[in-house]
Amino acid sequence: MVETVLETSGLTMRFGGVTASDNVNFKLKARELRCLIGPNGAGKSTFFKCVTGLLTPTEGHVYMRGQEVTGWQPHQIASLGVGIKTQTPNVMDALSVHENVWLAARRFYNIAEARDRADAIIERLTLSAIARTQLGQLAHGERQRVELGIVAVADPWLVLLDEPAAGMSAQDVDRMTEIIHELTRFAAVVIVEHDMQFIRSIAQTVTVFHQGAVLMEDNVERVMSDPQVRAVYLGKKA
Amino acid sequence: MGRNGSHDVIITLVVSALLIWLLPLMISTYTLTVLVIYGMLGLSLGLIWGFGGILCFGQAAFFGLGAYTYAIAAINIGESTLPMVLAVLVPAVFAALLGAMMFYGRLTDVYLGVITLVVTLILFKFVNSTAGPQYVIGNARLGGFNGIPGFQTLNVPGDPSAYIWGDPYFYVCAIALVAVFLLVTWLLRSSFGRIAVGIRENEVRMGLMGYDIAARKTVLFAIGAAIAGLAGALFANWGEIVTPKLFSLGQSAEIIIWCIVGGLGTRFGPIVGAAGLAYLKFMLGQQSMIDNTLIMGLILVLFVVFLPRGLVPAVASLLNSIFGRTKRKPRPRRMRTARHG
Repeated sequence: MVETVLETSGLTMRFGGVTASDNVNFKLKARELRCLIGPNGAGKSTFFKCVTGLLTPTEGHVYMRGQEVTGWQPHQIASLGVGIKTQTPNVMDALSVHENVWLAARRFYNIAEARDRADAIIERLTLSAIARTQLGQLAHGERQRVELGIVAVADPWLVLLDEPAAGMSAQDVDRMTEIIHELTRFAAVVIVEHDMQFIRSIAQTVTVFHQGAVLMEDNVERVMSDPQVRAVYLGKKA
Repeated sequence: MGRNGSHDVIITLVVSALLIWLLPLMISTYTLTVLVIYGMLGLSLGLIWGFGGILCFGQAAFFGLGAYTYAIAAINIGESTLPMVLAVLVPAVFAALLGAMMFYGRLTDVYLGVITLVVTLILFKFVNSTAGPQYVIGNARLGGFNGIPGFQTLNVPGDPSAYIWGDPYFYVCAIALVAVFLLVTWLLRSSFGRIAVGIRENEVRMGLMGYDIAARKTVLFAIGAAIAGLAGALFANWGEIVTPKLFSLGQSAEIIIWCIVGGLGTRFGPIVGAAGLAYLKFMLGQQSMIDNTLIMGLILVLFVVFLPRGLVPAVASLLNSIFGRTKRKPRPRRMRTARHG
């Protein structure tokens, strides 16, 4: 049996009178790739924040590899071996690409091994030429790639990505797809995404959120052709 | 590309030896001693603000706490070694408690500034109001606004009658500053220092990498306070009296100005800023034509407008452009904000 790495039960998040996340039951198996989609305000990002510890859910539980992590701080969750990328780019602008990635590796490895791992992942992401450049001087796509390197360098077994393809060129998106596929060889990956093109190219199973709750969860083709999903989300775009 | 650590240590030692030899030929060691002490105080804030991103408006509180701890302990013990150690430990422990409260409470920068400011004010008001005979710690009367005079000053460890004062005291202070400087250098090279800089740059990201931000900031804050406490104890020995003025807001503000003028995010900048501005203030104090706080204010404004990164980074980049060397560039002060706002 394949291990369940991430599970939520009855996850509910209320902001005042607004229920942003409504009784979400979610299960993710090891090395699974899952996309979360839904229109604006469907509760994808709230769900994401509850799972990563950026928000503490009003009700319900979050489990990672069977361990309850509800209400944990983000740094505690990350310490389990979970790689997280938030919606807005979160990088250290005044530091070099190498230093950014090294810092992520240093959390789990000693100085020398962290350096080797940083070198290796920078090579794999074809960032070697700009390894000593400050992040603040890089283009958006490059920064996103560096952040993916930060997430991947410590060999996470669970990767949570919030809109990794946002604002990227087609070429960058292709490269991103490749990297994410590589990640799934060792880790389960959850992607919150808007870009339908990107989802079609990458997804196997898709979970659709609508008004805070899970609307349906199925194979990507079936989801895309489902009339209800089209009605709430895809509209004219599909 | 490996940075050569021992190379830097040798340069630091040679340059400091030269300065320690040459400066007394130009300025009296009595004045130099206090410049060195202020340099150390500037460095303490330069470390936590410039490299840790913690803007503390109350660095003077730790300075004063160090001075008072030394004075009170010296009166009670009668020998200077243990009081010197306590003068480092007491502010560090105080800062660790205060820091833990602020950082685990996840206060934002503004509130951090307000709290450190208020703590300084409270200490100032409290110490100022301890003139009565009931305020006694051991044999030491706190003395209110008159301060505490007449404590045992620095002596050769183990021999209370062998005072260290005058020129030798200058050398002790100068060597202490060099030692602290090297310690800070080593700290910033270590993983702890690099992680601290990462936290300064992006707390959220460092948290998502799995680092315990609150714990690390608390430790750094305490280290800064320990250095400020040491500077305070040295200052107490130099002045042979401690007064509540050490805790004053003016003192705190001055430390911040030293850092801005000297150059934030450098190790050398805050020392240069502190010693330079303190010396200028000393010179201005000898004339009565212009009020010297006016000139200090003017200097701050000029720097913020024309040299926002401070003196040391500006001189460094000037030298770089003249000699065309592409060594480590000082980091830009103005951080680019994320496009998403």
